[in-house]
Amino acid sequence: MDPIIILHAGIASGTVLLFATIGEIFTERSGILNLGLEGMMLIGAMSAYKTALATGNPWLGMFVAMLAAGLLSQVHALITIQFQADQVVSGLALTFLGTGLSLVFGEGLSKAGAVALLPSFSIPVLVNIPFIGPIMFEEQSVMVYLGYLLVPLAWYYINRTRPGLHLRAIGEYPAAADALGINVNRLRYFYVLVGGMLAGVAGATISLAVSPGWFSHLTTSGQGWIAIGLVIFAQWDPIRAAGGSYAFGALRRMILDIQGPLKIFGLRNPFYYNPYWGFFLQMLPYAFTIVVLVIGSREAIRKRMGAPAALGLPYIRGERGL
Amino acid sequence: MTTKPSLFAQYRGGARFRLRMEPRMKQPGWLGLFVSLGAVTFALILGGFVLMLVGGDPIRAYAFMAKAAFGGIGVFSDTLVKATPLILVSLAAVVAFRMRLWNIGAEGQFYLGAFGASLVVLTPLLPPETSPWLMIPAMMVMGMLAGALWGFIPGYLKAKFNVNEIISTLMMNYIAVAWNNYFIFGVWSEGGFQMSRQFPKTAWLPRLTDYAAQVPMFRGLTIHLGFVIALIAAGVVWWIIYRSRWGYEIRLIGDNPRAARYAGINIVRNTILVMMLSGALAGLGGMLEISGVVHRLQGAISSGYGFTGIIIAWLAKLNPILVVPISILFGGLLLAGREIQPSGIPMLIQGIILVCLIGSDFLFRNRIRLVQIGQEA
Repeated sequence: MDPIIILHAGIASGTVLLFATIGEIFTERSGILNLGLEGMMLIGAMSAYKTALATGNPWLGMFVAMLAAGLLSQVHALITIQFQADQVVSGLALTFLGTGLSLVFGEGLSKAGAVALLPSFSIPVLVNIPFIGPIMFEEQSVMVYLGYLLVPLAWYYINRTRPGLHLRAIGEYPAAADALGINVNRLRYFYVLVGGMLAGVAGATISLAVSPGWFSHLTTSGQGWIAIGLVIFAQWDPIRAAGGSYAFGALRRMILDIQGPLKIFGLRNPFYYNPYWGFFLQMLPYAFTIVVLVIGSREAIRKRMGAPAALGLPYIRGERGL
Repeated sequence: MTTKPSLFAQYRGGARFRLRMEPRMKQPGWLGLFVSLGAVTFALILGGFVLMLVGGDPIRAYAFMAKAAFGGIGVFSDTLVKATPLILVSLAAVVAFRMRLWNIGAEGQFYLGAFGASLVVLTPLLPPETSPWLMIPAMMVMGMLAGALWGFIPGYLKAKFNVNEIISTLMMNYIAVAWNNYFIFGVWSEGGFQMSRQFPKTAWLPRLTDYAAQVPMFRGLTIHLGFVIALIAAGVVWWIIYRSRWGYEIRLIGDNPRAARYAGINIVRNTILVMMLSGALAGLGGMLEISGVVHRLQGAISSGYGFTGIIIAWLAKLNPILVVPISILFGGLLLAGREIQPSGIPMLIQGIILVCLIGSDFLFRNRIRLVQIGQEA
């Protein structure tokens, strides 16, 4: 129950959620809700692991994961943008499709054995900062560091650049964006792709870095759905998403650790003496997601802000929307 | 006929024709069925390609599946057994979706239904020698109550705090599984095994095979009373949605929430009630499964029924009566799919079917015409 160890592992575990959440933020900011995150993450995790196993190159695995999940996301884009189908149902279909595909192509992978993982290393100088150094910069996976970079970059892109302005425009008021000569639907295809590829990265981060291996659909164990909840909590803001992701990562890690020691804080550890209480601990991330949703939804109502106005609506030129 | 400019319409140099999308003014009834059938066929062909990719023989696999599910009275009885929980979780989806409430939590409500029914037998609320005439209805009521409670929580959060019900119901699924596991592994574990003790015979739903002594033909037929209960449930749900005042409110909210609000319909109350009804139906499914098939509380009583129910509901165009035959087809798919390797195939085929189905909906709503340039009105 060393807090440094829990936070260190929590950041690694939260990195998975971070990539998925920020990817979904891009997609939703463009006005498309993609509930297929879990399926895309599974495809990413499976194809990354399979590729790394076959070639011995984890970076190639990462690349294939982005490609596979990105490709899958385009199914959703085609159905919702071109065919104007309901985005909720299409997202669910994508979850099925991704889960099914990854189970079929991942058959037998769970017994495959060791695979070359993405590298872990310490960042010199930064690692010497007291408290923060050992948590954030000591022997973390390269994906964790990429996650640190992604957060400010995503924030800057969305809020301070011209393409980011276009992104927000097509999610808030596509008709106005169209009138300015922005190709709404083409950009939406692009941001669904971005979300899909980041979900692939999230999946590959699980299978090649954070908890290596392929454990069929248990590989993600609902983290794709937690990420969708985090987007609402984060109010579509990458920086809040980072806070939420790391907090969830730490929570997941703590649940694993809390059952080990005989005593916590000098008291008899009830979870050690009643091992079945562990099932209640297992509920925590999911219960916590609901709590986080309540907080996020209430805040959104109070501040009269939140979801992109055109989220979930197909854009059809010439038709009155909004 | 008025037309509107199309997304696809593009003038290209030299081309004299172009494709044009027009919304259909009338959507003939037969077309829906036709398009759905076409989508499923297309999905099966796509699934066949994937089977070939992983080294299988799709034609043999499909033939095998058809035979394993519908090739005789015995296996057909097994198919109906599989269809029973599917009918109920699909009805749960139909009720909620009709109001555009995305209850993805039928899986968890199913588990809680099984738990509620087990409470009656294992606590025990009723002694084992209780007459089945009391035992079974008590289990049904407790199963439905537990499922309804599991639907109430996300329904209340949706109605009061506008919490996205897709995510909350999904999270409730995971919580339900952990909750049941606590009882299966801990409280009710039989000799350390991950299951409860077997229920007394008074808590079993009667099966046809139980009457083999009187009617030899019934030997080995595992179909149980739950199938009949599922059929009745389908009829009741149909009546609620299409014949009752409440159903009218549900449909109005689903089709046009703004109009419903102006008409003075209480959306908050209906949200909670519909989620509870949906949960109760799924819970009843869980009760029927343990009382009719496994006869104890154990893990893995559902192989993703809650999710298959969503596809069935969509395929049935949210019609409670159509749910029954489609559930039987999917029951066959799940039954035969257990013997197909790799094990993800049934899930994959379900996914492809759903994708094709919602994609095909576009063809249903629009017509594609070849228009000669310059000739258009």
